[in-house]
Amino acid sequence: MSNATDDRDFFDWLGERATALQGWIDARFPMTDFWEAHVSKYYAPKNFNFWYIFGGIALVVLVLQIVTGIFLTMNYKPDAEKAFASVEYIMRDVDWGWLIRYMHSTGASAFFVVVYLHMFRGLMYGSYKKPRELLWLFGMAIYLCLMAEAFMGYLLPWGQMSYWGAQVIISLFGTVPGIGPGLAEWIRGDYYVSDITLNRFFALHVIALPLVLCGLVLFHLIALHSVGSNNPDGIEIKKKLGPDGVPLDGIPFHPYYTVKDTMAVIGFFFVFFLIVFFAPEMGGYFLEHANFEAANALKTPDHIAPVWYFTPFYAMLRAVPSFLGSQFPGVAVMGLAVVILFFLPWIDRNPVKSMRYRGPLYTLLLLVFAAAFAVLGYLGVKPATPVFSELAFRLTEVYFLFFAISWVYSETRGRAYLLKATATIVAVLVLADVARFSVMGDLVTRFHYLMWLLPGGATLMFVLLPAYTKLNDPLPVPERVTH
Amino acid sequence: MDANNALRQLGLGLVAALAILAGPTAEAQESGGLEPARYDLENQPSLQRGAKYFVNYCLGCHSLNYVRYQRVGADLGISDEQLSALLFTADKPTGMMKIAMDRYDGERWFGRSPPDLSLTARARGGDWIYNYLRSFYLDPKRPFGVNNVLLPGASMPHVLAELQGYQKAEYKAEFDLLGNEQQVFDKFVPVTEGTLSPDEYDAVSRDLANFLVYVSEPAQLKRMHLGFGVLFFLFVLFLLSYFLKQEYWKDVH
Repeated sequence: MSNATDDRDFFDWLGERATALQGWIDARFPMTDFWEAHVSKYYAPKNFNFWYIFGGIALVVLVLQIVTGIFLTMNYKPDAEKAFASVEYIMRDVDWGWLIRYMHSTGASAFFVVVYLHMFRGLMYGSYKKPRELLWLFGMAIYLCLMAEAFMGYLLPWGQMSYWGAQVIISLFGTVPGIGPGLAEWIRGDYYVSDITLNRFFALHVIALPLVLCGLVLFHLIALHSVGSNNPDGIEIKKKLGPDGVPLDGIPFHPYYTVKDTMAVIGFFFVFFLIVFFAPEMGGYFLEHANFEAANALKTPDHIAPVWYFTPFYAMLRAVPSFLGSQFPGVAVMGLAVVILFFLPWIDRNPVKSMRYRGPLYTLLLLVFAAAFAVLGYLGVKPATPVFSELAFRLTEVYFLFFAISWVYSETRGRAYLLKATATIVAVLVLADVARFSVMGDLVTRFHYLMWLLPGGATLMFVLLPAYTKLNDPLPVPERVTH
Repeated sequence: MDANNALRQLGLGLVAALAILAGPTAEAQESGGLEPARYDLENQPSLQRGAKYFVNYCLGCHSLNYVRYQRVGADLGISDEQLSALLFTADKPTGMMKIAMDRYDGERWFGRSPPDLSLTARARGGDWIYNYLRSFYLDPKRPFGVNNVLLPGASMPHVLAELQGYQKAEYKAEFDLLGNEQQVFDKFVPVTEGTLSPDEYDAVSRDLANFLVYVSEPAQLKRMHLGFGVLFFLFVLFLLSYFLKQEYWKDVH
């Protein structure tokens, strides 16, 4: 009995001391205020579904990449003579080096998987719309920064694909009219990818871009906590407050979403480590086979393909024909494909946020957009045969059509407007083919009406159908969130 | 033992599922037409024989610059005494499996310096190595009198000819889609006999492929074993976190 009393006394004493310590800190640093504002009294909608786990997972992957990256830099040598061998040293002689390296290489791909799913969630539920435009812009800046980070990191192992992938991508900057060649030379610091390029990419990869990335993530989170999270119904929970000033459909982030995200992160880790331990090369998609051969400036590989997360854009680049001997049109299209995403909040101005209440056509449009992006990714890893290039060109048109149709869908349009829009889009598609025909002699043999139906049919279906059916009429948005 | 087997089966199943998800892999496409080597990293005697063949036949010209003798000994269960018998190109067991031949001499003698083979299995695959070793054929146009079907114009002599003997390649006519006749490889026909039967030679090639697959990533041996433990831990942790979440969320409606 006396033992139990002693224990209680001890815990009472411990509790008092902890409270005292908390008071001491709070008098000097807003610890409790911060915790309440951002965690224990930050109210998130209670109806988050599966798609809302990826933001938290992305944060965990960022930490994972930074921590594994720090350990990799302890043994990696950013020197063209030593880089490849130092990676093999990590894989073979450093204790647990192989695990740290596989976690970092798998983490890079996992980062993009998670970020693509996170962005698609934003598209489905209109998370980029007012008042979350800046939140979306910070997110897009993170995506852009992540692409640069991944590209520069991929050079570091100094394998054949590292080298030639970097050579190809940097040469894209060389196609910019006027300043191109100087720009490419400025990026490389040399006339070709060399030790100098490796050194600067290392500097940018391990310190410059991670700093920017962490800053942007902070801004992304500040913006999120200022406007509050969107949800699958696209309703602002802050508009329905209880008598205590707390959103009626909100629950505190802690403990509800901390325990839910913990579960999500563990589930993610299960898949992540399944790949790390059993398929770290992921069949040549996460670690390309050609990259197990050291970089050789005199030997161009037969087939150069970037890592999978860049291939949708790479497929677009290859699908656009060169003009007057310049590859710039393809580069411009590829750049535009990324840049246009920044403007999404001002392209799609439909007041209904969630696809749940935008009618079946919009949901279908999103699926078509995602499918086009995925198939473009597949085409980007394959050699550019005429058939594949033609398909990639049509899917590039579908990719951009998504934005045009989103613009059309911004408000309820009359039949005359929709007919005019259909005619305009079809005219643009035909003009694009005429332009291509003028620079590509063999277009006639490549042209395939079934492939033309991808953008053409999509136009008819998504722009013409709303003129005659109710498939795109908005549905009533509920007052409160549903389940 | 049974539990281990069951775990192994489960793991293989998961990997197979992953492979299907990942779609036709680059490796599978490149290995089109390659006979599967059916090498097995769990088969330690095969790895030991592969190490022996490699040191005897390959290490004269081909280095394993990223590999330490000691590591091979420890991973393949080769005792220190046996290992010292293998130590041709290093003065201590912690040394790398280098070659004595100068790079420029190699280039002068063979036209191309014999490549380091530490990572060949990861760049080309174990099946490719197995088939490469079995694909040398007589070709008087080449400096060493042999060519290779898998790597046309290979500058390597048929080092294992004393084991396999020499063979010639037979071609057959085939018509492509445009109706042009083309000579494509058909089969090998033995010309001289080696000291080994064809099956025995295949086994030697398999052991060598097995060894080079191991050497390309020594961590493979423990990677999967460790993986089962980690996944089991995460699975239990996931269940716990699921119940914790259910407990907290039961009052949210």
